[in-house]
Amino acid sequence: MNLLTATNLSGGYGEVDILHNLSLTVERGKIAVIVGPNGAGKSTVMRALLGLIELRSGQIIFEGQDITQKFPQERVILGISMVPQTRNIFVTLTVEENLEIGAYLHDEPISVAMEEVFSLFPILAKRRNQMAGQLSGGQRQQLALARALMMSPKLLLLDEPTAGLSPVVIDEVMERIKQIVAAGVAVVMVEQNAHKALEIADIGYVLVQGRNRFTGTGSELLSDPDVRVSFLGG
Amino acid sequence: MLDAAIVLANFVVIPALSYGSLLALGALGVTLVYAVLRFANFAHGDTMSVATMMAIYCTWWLQSLGIDFIRPLPTALLAIPFAALGTVGLLLVIDRLVYRHYRQAKAPPITLVIVSVGVMLILHGLSRMIIGVDEQRFFDGGRFIVSAGEFKEWSGLKEGLAIKSTQVIAIVSAVTLMAYLFYFLQRTRTGKAMRAFADNEELALLSGIRPQKIVTSCWILVAVLAAVSGTVYGLDKVYKPFTYFQLLLPIFAAAVVGGMGSPVGAILGGYLIAFSEIGLTYAFKRVAGHLLPPSWVPDGLLQLISTDYKFAVSFTILVAVLLLRPTGLFRGQAS
Repeated sequence: MNLLTATNLSGGYGEVDILHNLSLTVERGKIAVIVGPNGAGKSTVMRALLGLIELRSGQIIFEGQDITQKFPQERVILGISMVPQTRNIFVTLTVEENLEIGAYLHDEPISVAMEEVFSLFPILAKRRNQMAGQLSGGQRQQLALARALMMSPKLLLLDEPTAGLSPVVIDEVMERIKQIVAAGVAVVMVEQNAHKALEIADIGYVLVQGRNRFTGTGSELLSDPDVRVSFLGG
Repeated sequence: MLDAAIVLANFVVIPALSYGSLLALGALGVTLVYAVLRFANFAHGDTMSVATMMAIYCTWWLQSLGIDFIRPLPTALLAIPFAALGTVGLLLVIDRLVYRHYRQAKAPPITLVIVSVGVMLILHGLSRMIIGVDEQRFFDGGRFIVSAGEFKEWSGLKEGLAIKSTQVIAIVSAVTLMAYLFYFLQRTRTGKAMRAFADNEELALLSGIRPQKIVTSCWILVAVLAAVSGTVYGLDKVYKPFTYFQLLLPIFAAAVVGGMGSPVGAILGGYLIAFSEIGLTYAFKRVAGHLLPPSWVPDGLLQLISTDYKFAVSFTILVAVLLLRPTGLFRGQAS
């Protein structure tokens, strides 16, 4: 059974729709990757899944439950976490405080979750008392992932997690994402690095102007001549 | 030499420390609202005024009941908790009736600033109507902890050192409140959530922090700060609605110098403004008289500017900081 099924989403920020009848699904422990040209509505899909924009029509089912009308915080409690593309950490808080805020809705002691996150991101354990604003780009991205993982989410929404990082760091972050998925978390990821992202994708969606254009497994899309010519640069 | 130090302590250092403590509390109130609610709250001076008015009525009531077990401390100290409670209620009602509407409408900060000017005018009018425009004295208890005469006798020096009880109350209450505020912001769950909310509102929402809870805690802190700083200022000097309205300038100068949104900055800013204001308007002739041979002592007062211009000091510092370093000494959120 799919963890998340979004069908025929239409909506946007104001009068004008950005998404048009867009559908996507993701299974537990799988990665869905959304690629497409600038302005295709990739980030808007993420915001729609978390309930940060109002949909005009469409339905979102999470774990068999209709969450289309739920507030973002309710969705967070149900197990959906999001890492925004920019401003995704609290720069004036320490690394440890960032993680505590990540687990804000948790009532139980959070030391277990924190140890788990530290074992996945050892560098953060070393810097736990440092201001997050002093971290390097790659470390910030790891902290952003770690913060989102503190709620032990079932679904992680990642908005361009590798934007602005050097190739070596991109590989490192991708590696971490694979580890997260291996632990059973489903991931929906928007990526500009289409090649790298589709390589690890279980299912890929190519969006154009807010519509589904191509859908398939990562390797299908990578080998599809139309997709290659139009979106992957040949 | 020692006499010079005593004169300096008596007329500059101690008054500036106590005045600076109260400015720091005021600036903390302004900076908290700026950090959490993202607007410059012009109503803060008059919030202090209304809070003090509540404390005065409460003091008079306690005095009429003959409650004086805290002698030699002033009765008003007992009134502060009541005034703080009343101010919490007042600010929460104002937030519910006024600010919440603009917050939900996602009004730009400048709109909220203008709204706060409206709130300021209403509060100012209220205090003038209820208690009147005149000066109110509500101090009782022992005036001095160390009086000039006693000090001279004890030390054998020519100059006396007088420490007023209200000056000590100002410093002690400010340091206590600041210590609690930092404990709250650094150690408690709500305090950390408040810092997170101030840092990055959207990410705080994504983490499940409820804005209303943060906003309410912020107003509670601001109300307590206003009640303590306002009442103690009134004890040390005198209460008059217009004086509190004027306090807004040095308080804003302190908050801006330190960096809007930075609590540490607000505290240092408070002391900086106080020392500048008192240091620049004090006539140093008496200090010089103890340090220099008699023939060298100048005829003038050695006063840089007249006390009538003390507001110009805050104003000049405010303008200079805005021109030269708009983010303040500690990078606030102004950028």
